[in-house]
Amino acid sequence: MTYQYLDDFSIADVAFTAEGKSLEELFQEAGDATMNTMVENLGEIRENTKKRCTLFSRSIEMLLFDLLQELIFYKDAEQLLLRVKNPTVEKTGEGFTLRCTLSGERIDSERHTLIVDVKAVTLSHFSVEETAKGYRATVVLDV
Amino acid sequence: MAVPRALKKITETVWELPISYKSGMLVPARIYATEELLAAMDEGVFEQTSNVATLPGIQGYSFCMPDGHWGYGFPIGGAAAFDPKKGVISPGGIGFDVNCGMRLIRTDLSYEEIQPKLSILVDRLFERVPTGVGSTGFVHLSQDEFRHVVEQGARWCLKHGYGTAEDLRRTEENGCVNGADSSTISAKAVERGYKQIGTLGSGNHYLEIQVVREENIFDRTLAEALGISFPGQVVVMFHCGSRGFGHQVATDYLKLFLAKAEKHRIALPDRELASAPFQSKEGQDYFSAMKCAINMSFVNRQVILHRIREVFSEVFHRDPFDLGLHQVYDVSHNTAKLEKHEIGGKTRELLIHRKGATRAFPPGHSELPDIYHSTGQPVIIGGSMETGSYLLTGVEGGSQTFFTTAHGSGRTMSRRQAKKQFQGKALIHDMAQKGIYIRAASLSGLAEEAGKAYKNIDSVVQATEKAGISRRVVRFIPVGNIKG
Repeated sequence: MTYQYLDDFSIADVAFTAEGKSLEELFQEAGDATMNTMVENLGEIRENTKKRCTLFSRSIEMLLFDLLQELIFYKDAEQLLLRVKNPTVEKTGEGFTLRCTLSGERIDSERHTLIVDVKAVTLSHFSVEETAKGYRATVVLDV
Repeated sequence: MAVPRALKKITETVWELPISYKSGMLVPARIYATEELLAAMDEGVFEQTSNVATLPGIQGYSFCMPDGHWGYGFPIGGAAAFDPKKGVISPGGIGFDVNCGMRLIRTDLSYEEIQPKLSILVDRLFERVPTGVGSTGFVHLSQDEFRHVVEQGARWCLKHGYGTAEDLRRTEENGCVNGADSSTISAKAVERGYKQIGTLGSGNHYLEIQVVREENIFDRTLAEALGISFPGQVVVMFHCGSRGFGHQVATDYLKLFLAKAEKHRIALPDRELASAPFQSKEGQDYFSAMKCAINMSFVNRQVILHRIREVFSEVFHRDPFDLGLHQVYDVSHNTAKLEKHEIGGKTRELLIHRKGATRAFPPGHSELPDIYHSTGQPVIIGGSMETGSYLLTGVEGGSQTFFTTAHGSGRTMSRRQAKKQFQGKALIHDMAQKGIYIRAASLSGLAEEAGKAYKNIDSVVQATEKAGISRRVVRFIPVGNIKG
């Protein structure tokens, strides 16, 4: 697991760091960290619903922000728990494009051990930075 | 202890960071707290309250209430007023959960009457009021109908049999803020929210059955005027907001304001303080969209009240109004409103941001319903699920904070720490031993809400009274609870 929650960082909400050797891996890990805030065990999520996702942003940071927001959007709009699969991140024009599949299923309170509802990705301490091993993101979620 | 050396003591409950504390501060920052509460505040309180003091057009002081803690942009417990012509509007000063708020309902029932049926009552409420991650509500609307509802607010509920005119009179803004224009909300916000009317949410949102004890009535005359008239009386209190709709409105405009920050040349000490001039197109569009979210939250709480009445009626086989289920009041925590206040010897219209803070108008205020003219505005401050909550009223002395007071107890422990320290099943058992029956959608979520993870509500409320910004009327003890 290459994401970890920060116990003392945010008193009322949930903060985590995610890491990846590539931006694609980082985005996948950050997506899982976001989902894992809401569901105890990601293995409980069956992947029988797929959504193509294409996002563009002028910065890598806001691209990640938009991806995590998309997961939260689907959780409310369609009651879906989704994980990020096969992401690609490319420089396009004046920004970056993410393409991926969001894969998962409808929330089932009988099978999914649900924790807490995520309201939003905040910009508080939000960052994506290059590290010696790849990339690290810091995210605080409003719950 | 995170208290900055520059903090000056003004009174036993008012502390000030001067303008010289941080470059760019336009007004001082004032923290309302006893020395004990102050010592326990995190450094984010001082950092963020002083950051807010740098925003253009801020008037008077940047405030933080006794329950204050680190938030996004503004601290939770933060409040600030702006000149509507020269000042800004900031989503960080309102929060993602626009119009998260509290509603209190009194009953004629006593604890002795409900006790034999308490578990049935709580179980039935848990079944009938959706809670938890991604829940959908019991009011079924199309997206077009939803757009109409967020413009109409609780007036829609009145037309469709979900409430009474009295409910609306006893709600801030009479349950509808005028000027909500659904053309200022995104399709995404509508998609996210239109199925969620009639849902409680999760985290610190809850619905509680509470009881009055003789020793917890602080002002008997005020209590009676607010409908609290006998020891053992049962009340119902619940806490929820605008759900995914409000969250999306906040996110949409936070991003827009960030993108426009350069255009408006607003220096941001914190991205979460992204703002726009109130008179700009972006500022006015956000104000209107925020009003749609405020109204959605009023509708959400109104239909949940309707559901509570239905459940009580089913369990006790009587009309809910025969049971005395009348609303006391509904207060908002996260809003920006245009209000008239005295400042510099003049009455001026100001844009008041309250983020995790409650409006507390004094007796005689023109915006209060007739029934509360002599009492002052009811203020509902929620404690943890184990400790209980308070009913207070606004007072004249509240003018010092633009009639703003605390909203809750505030956390002392992160959610992760609470989950490590407490177990949901053990909490349910312990609370049952104390006479509190609880149903929770998530045991893990419940552990995060353990009473010991929160500040002492008594200390917070006493601090507001000592500071002269609100007055205690009665404390309620929880006996039944549903949580998401």
